[in-house]
Amino acid sequence: MTVLQLNSFRAGPDEHGHFGIYGGRFVAETLMPLILELEKAYGQAKIDPEFQKEMDRYLTHYVGRPSPLYFAERLTAYCGGAKIYLKREELNHTGAHKVNNVLGQILLARRTGKKRIIAETGAGMHGVATATLCARFGLECIVYMGSVDVERQKANVFRMNMLGAKVVPVESGSKTLKDAMNEALRDWVTNVESTYYCIGTIAGPHPYPMMVRDFQSIIGRETREQMLAAEGRLPDSLIACIGGGSNAMGLFHPFLDERQIEIFGVEAAGRGLDSGMHAASIAGGRPGVLHGNRTYLLMNADGQINEAHSISAGLDYPGIGPEHAWLGDVGRVTFLSATDDEALDAFQLLSRLEGIIPALEPAHAIAKVLDLAPQRPKDHLMVVNLSGRGDKDLATVAHHLESKAR
Amino acid sequence: MTTRIDRRFAALKDEGRAALVTFTMAGDPDYHCALAILKALPQAGADVIELGMPFTDPMADGPAIQAAGLRALHAGQNMEKTLGLVREFRAGDAATPLVLMGYYNPIYIYGVERFLADAKSAGVDGLIVVDLPPEEDAELCLPALKAGLNFIRLATPTTDDKRLPVVLKNTSGFVYYVSITGITGAAAPDTSKVAEAVKRIKRHTELPVCVGFGVRTAEHARAIAQGADGIVVGSALVEAVRKSLGADGRHTPATVAAVADLVRTLAAGVRGARHSAVRAARARNP
Ligand SMILES: Cc1ncc(COP(=O)(O)O)c(C=O)c1O
Repeated sequence: MTVLQLNSFRAGPDEHGHFGIYGGRFVAETLMPLILELEKAYGQAKIDPEFQKEMDRYLTHYVGRPSPLYFAERLTAYCGGAKIYLKREELNHTGAHKVNNVLGQILLARRTGKKRIIAETGAGMHGVATATLCARFGLECIVYMGSVDVERQKANVFRMNMLGAKVVPVESGSKTLKDAMNEALRDWVTNVESTYYCIGTIAGPHPYPMMVRDFQSIIGRETREQMLAAEGRLPDSLIACIGGGSNAMGLFHPFLDERQIEIFGVEAAGRGLDSGMHAASIAGGRPGVLHGNRTYLLMNADGQINEAHSISAGLDYPGIGPEHAWLGDVGRVTFLSATDDEALDAFQLLSRLEGIIPALEPAHAIAKVLDLAPQRPKDHLMVVNLSGRGDKDLATVAHHLESKAR
Repeated sequence: MTTRIDRRFAALKDEGRAALVTFTMAGDPDYHCALAILKALPQAGADVIELGMPFTDPMADGPAIQAAGLRALHAGQNMEKTLGLVREFRAGDAATPLVLMGYYNPIYIYGVERFLADAKSAGVDGLIVVDLPPEEDAELCLPALKAGLNFIRLATPTTDDKRLPVVLKNTSGFVYYVSITGITGAAAPDTSKVAEAVKRIKRHTELPVCVGFGVRTAEHARAIAQGADGIVVGSALVEAVRKSLGADGRHTPATVAAVADLVRTLAAGVRGARHSAVRAARARNP
C-alpha cells in the first residue's frame, strides 16, 4: 500500500483503490477483469475533453444544473445562529443528486458498448435516475430493490416501470438495500459480457467509490463558486446525510483541503443508537469487508452483517463509503447521527418554514442543522446538501404521523 | 512442502481417476448433524471435502447455498464452531483433505493470525475465499501460505490467458475452475467448453484442476470428470439436506443418508469417467 500524500485529503485513493486501510477490490474473480477494464475506461474518459463536454451538455440541458444555492432565511431566523444555505439538489431532473452520478456512468457504459444496465436501489431515487437515463439512451434497465423498499417507496417503483425499467423485488436477507446490492452483484457475475453495473453510491469495489465521488463533486464545485458569488468567501461548515455517502462526498470533496471548514456527515440513528435498530455504521460499527471494499460495517461478533434500520430507505445500509471511513479516522469529517423522530420533525419543519418538502434522507441533515446552527455565530456560513425531494416519502411520513397521533 | 491435498491428488493420479470434491455448509442444519454428514462423506466417496463457512451476504452464491448458510447461522453456527467441526472430524480421519470455503469478513473479524493458527491446528488443509482476488493477496493468501495452508483460487471464464498467470501465481493445492459466469447452483455448464477451458488452464500450471458450479448429477459428473482432475458438487448436496428436513426445519433420521446416498451416486459417476475414457481410447487405438 502506498501512503497517501499527507499534504492533501484529496489525493486518494492509491492505485489499489485504498483510502488508508479502507476501500480495495474484494470481489469474486469473475468480476475482477471487468473492474480492471472499467478502471481503464474511466481513466481514459476522465481525461477526454469530448467526454467532459458531453457530460456538461447533459448536466445543463437535461439535469438542469447548476442547482441553486439558496439562502434559507426563515430556517436561519428559526435557528437564530449560522446563516444557512441549502444546496438544492432536489431540483435536479428526477428529484435528487443521484442523477449526477448516473449520467456519468451511463455515458461511460455507452463508451464501453454495454447495452444492459443493472442497478440497486434503496429509496428508489437511484433506480429512477438510472431508469430515466436508460430511457433517454434506449438501454435495457433492470433495478434490484429489496421487497421492503418496494413496499415503502411504491411511487418510485411506479416511476421506474413507467420509464420502461424492470424492477426486481429482492426477498433475501433483510430485503433492503444491502440485499439489493448482493442481488445486483449476482446478476453481474452472471451477465458479465453484456452488462454494466451502475452503482448508486460511493461504495463497491475500486474504482466505483472514486468514480462516483468524481461525478458527484460537481455539487461541491458549484457550491464553491456560488458561495463566493453570494458572500465573497467560502462557507464555514458543510453538512449532509450519509447512506453510502455520495451526496455528502459530492459536497465535501472540493473543500477537504480548506481545513478551517467544519464538515459533518449525518448517519441514520433509526430508533436510537442504543436500540440496535439503526444504520449508523461509523457510530455503531467497525471495520470489515462487504460489497467489494473495507469500511465500517454493522455486524455481530462473528463478522455476520447486521440488518440496518432507518425510516429512510436511502440511508438503510449497514456500511458507508470507504473514503468517509478514512476521513472519519483521520478526523477531517465529524460524524453525527439523527433518529427517525428527529428526521420526521425536520421534514415537517422545513416544509413549513421554507416551502420545501425534503426527502427523509436530507431531513436527517436538517435535523442536525437545528442543533449546530444555533451554536454558531450569525456570520457563520453553513451549507446543507438538500439531496432530494420528499414526494416519494409522503406515504411513509403520513403513516408515521398517524401512528404517533394514535 | 506437500500437504494432504497434494498427497490425495497424487494418489488419485496413480489410480487414474478424478476426485470428487464435496461442498457442504458447516452447521447446516445444525452442528451435530453437520458433523455426522462430514464423517459420512469419505466413506460415501468424497475425496476432498470443502466445508462452507456461513456468511450473511454470500454474493457469489445462488439461493440453495445462501439458504444453507442462513440455516446454519440460525442454528447458532459461528467461526469457532466451524473450526470445532473440523477438529472433531480430523480426530477420526487423518487422510481426507479438508478445505474451508467462504467469504473474507468472518475471517477478518476472527483475526487473520488467530484464524490461520486455529485452522491449522484444527486440521484444515486449504482455504478458498471467494472475495479475495490476487489483488488482495496481502490480506490472507500470503499469510496462509506462510502458515502452511494451501490457498486455492478460483479461475473463471473471464480469466483470460493474460490474467491466468496472475491468478495462478500464489495458488496451491488445486485450481478451482468456475465452469460458468454466474453464481453457484445456476445453469449446467457446457461440457465441451469446460474441457477446453481446463486444457487452457493446464497449459499454465501443473496443479490439478477441479471444476465446479452447476454440477449436480452422476452423468454430469462423469462427463466433466473425463477432462478434469476433479469435480466439485455443492448446491445439489445442500439441496439434499434441505429436502430431508422436517416440517419444523430440523434434521430428520433421513438427513445424513440423503447426503451420503447422493455422494455415493456422484462418486460412481466420477469413478466411471476414466474407465469409460480409457475404454474409448482403447476403442480408438485397438
Ligand atoms: C435523496 C437522497 N439522499 C441521500 C441518499 C443516500 O445516499 P448517499 O449517501 O449515497 O447520498 C439517497 C439514497 O437513496 C437519496 O435518495
